Amino acid sequence: MSSVLFDVPGPRARLRHRLYAVIGTLVLVAAIGFVIYRFAESGQFEGRKWSWLEYKNIQLTLIDALLNTLKAFGLGAVFALLFGAIFAAGQLSDHKVVRVPSMVVVELFRAVPLVVLIFVFHYGVSLGSPLYSVVLGLTLYNGSVLAEVFRAGVLSLPRGQREAAYAVGMRKTQVMRHVLLPQAVRAMLPAIISQLVVLLKDTALGFLITYDELLDFARDIGSQFQFGRPLVPVTIVVAAVYISMCLLLTWLATYLEKRSRRDKKVVVLEKNPAEDVVAAAV
Amino acid sequence: MDVLLDNLDLYGPGFLNTVELFLISAVGSLVLGTILAMLRVAPVPVMRAMGTAYVTIVRNTPLTLVFFFFALAFPALGIVTADTFGGSAADFFYTAALFALTLYTAAFVCEVVRAGINTVPVGQAEASRALGLTFGQMLGSVVLPQATRAVVPPMMSTMIALLKNTTIAAGFSVFQAGAISANLAERGENQLIGLLWVAVFFVVLVIPMTLLQRSLEKRWSIAR
Repeated sequence: MSSVLFDVPGPRARLRHRLYAVIGTLVLVAAIGFVIYRFAESGQFEGRKWSWLEYKNIQLTLIDALLNTLKAFGLGAVFALLFGAIFAAGQLSDHKVVRVPSMVVVELFRAVPLVVLIFVFHYGVSLGSPLYSVVLGLTLYNGSVLAEVFRAGVLSLPRGQREAAYAVGMRKTQVMRHVLLPQAVRAMLPAIISQLVVLLKDTALGFLITYDELLDFARDIGSQFQFGRPLVPVTIVVAAVYISMCLLLTWLATYLEKRSRRDKKVVVLEKNPAEDVVAAAV
Repeated sequence: MDVLLDNLDLYGPGFLNTVELFLISAVGSLVLGTILAMLRVAPVPVMRAMGTAYVTIVRNTPLTLVFFFFALAFPALGIVTADTFGGSAADFFYTAALFALTLYTAAFVCEVVRAGINTVPVGQAEASRALGLTFGQMLGSVVLPQATRAVVPPMMSTMIALLKNTTIAAGFSVFQAGAISANLAERGENQLIGLLWVAVFFVVLVIPMTLLQRSLEKRWSIAR
C-alpha cells in the first residue's frame, strides 16, 4: 500500500508499528470480549432467544418479509432509473422551458428528507397501501439523485465525442441516444449501483409506516414473550440479511467496473466523476 | 400558513431539536470519522482491518436498523439502566438517536476523508520530505491544504444527508421536525399541510447548502 503520509519505515518505526499492532489487537480483543460478556450476562446466548429460528411458520414469515423488502426495492429501482433518465434528459435539454422545471423538481426532491416524503404520501394524501408510499418515495428521491448521476456522466464525457457525432450529421436526440448515453451509463455504472444500494437500505424506512418488511418482522418477533423478547438476536439476523444483500450488490458493481475497464469501448475518464456523486449519495 | 402559525409551539421546538440533533451528531461524526480514516490509512494491518470492518458493516446497514438497535434492542443488553439519562424515556431516545446518527455518519465521513487524502499525489509528500520539511510542516502546508479542497464538497453532501437523516428519529419517539405531523394529527389539524411545512423547512435549509457546495466545487476545481 502506498501512502502519501508515511515514508518506508526504518527499524525504529517498524518496532513502533509492532507495538501499535499489539495495542490495537488488545483493544480489539477487549472490545469483542466486552460484547460477548454483555451478551452472556444479559442472556442473549440462551437457547430460548434463538429458538424462534426453528419454527417453520416464522421462517416463512421471514421469507415473506424479505420478499416484501425485495419487492419495494425492485419496483423502486425500476421506477427510479426511469425517473432519473427522464429528468437527466430534461436537465440537459437545450430548451429552457424543459430544463428549468426539471432542475427544480430534481433539487426539490433531493432536499426533502425521504422520511418526510413517505409520510406525506402515507399520512398526508393517504395512498392506501404502505407499499405505494414507500415505492413512490423511493422513486422520487433516488430518481432525483440518479438524474444527477446520469447528468454528471454525460457532462464528463470528452467534448470530442459530441462534436464528432454532430460532425457526422447526427441530430440532437441521435447524439444523445447513440453516442452520449451508452457511454455515460457505462462510466457511471458503479455510481448507479451504489445508489441502488442506498435504495435497498432505504426500503427499511417502510418500517416507520408499518410496511411488513424485514424490520417490521424484527419488531414482531422481538416483542414476543414466548421467546424471551429476542430483540438482540433478531436484530443481528436481520442486519446480516441486509449486509449480505448490500455486499452482493456492491460486489456486482466492482465486478462490472473491472469488466468495463478491460472493455475498449469504454472511454477512460481522467477523473472518475462517479467518486464525487457516490460520496454525495448517502 | 395557519397550520404553521397556530402550532408554532410544535414547530419551534421541533425545528430547534432537528438543528440541535444535527449539530451534535455532525461534530461527533466528523471526529469519529476522522479517527476511523486515520485507522484506515495507518501503517499497522490490525488497525486498517478494524477501520475497514467498521466501515463495511455500517455502510451496508440501513440507518433505520441502526436506530432500531439503539432504541429497542440495546436496552436489552443491560449496559444502560432506566435512569442513566435523567430517567425519562424521551432523554433515552434522544441519546439513542444521537448515537445512531453519529456512528452511522462517521462511516461515510471516514470514506470522504480517506478519498481526500488519496487525491493528493504521492509526489507532493515525497517532494516536501526531499525539501527537508518535518512531518508537521508537510501535513500543514502541503498535504492538508490540497486534501481539504477535495474533501469539502463531498463532506458537505454527507452533512446534508445527515441533516435529512435526523427525520428518521421521528419514527423512534424523538421529538423533532419529523415528529410534528403526528402531533398535529392529535390536534385534528391537516397532516398534509403540516408535513408540507416540514418539507419547506428542509428545502430552505438544504438548498443554500447545495448552492454553496456547488460554488466551492467550481471555484476549487479550476484552481487544481
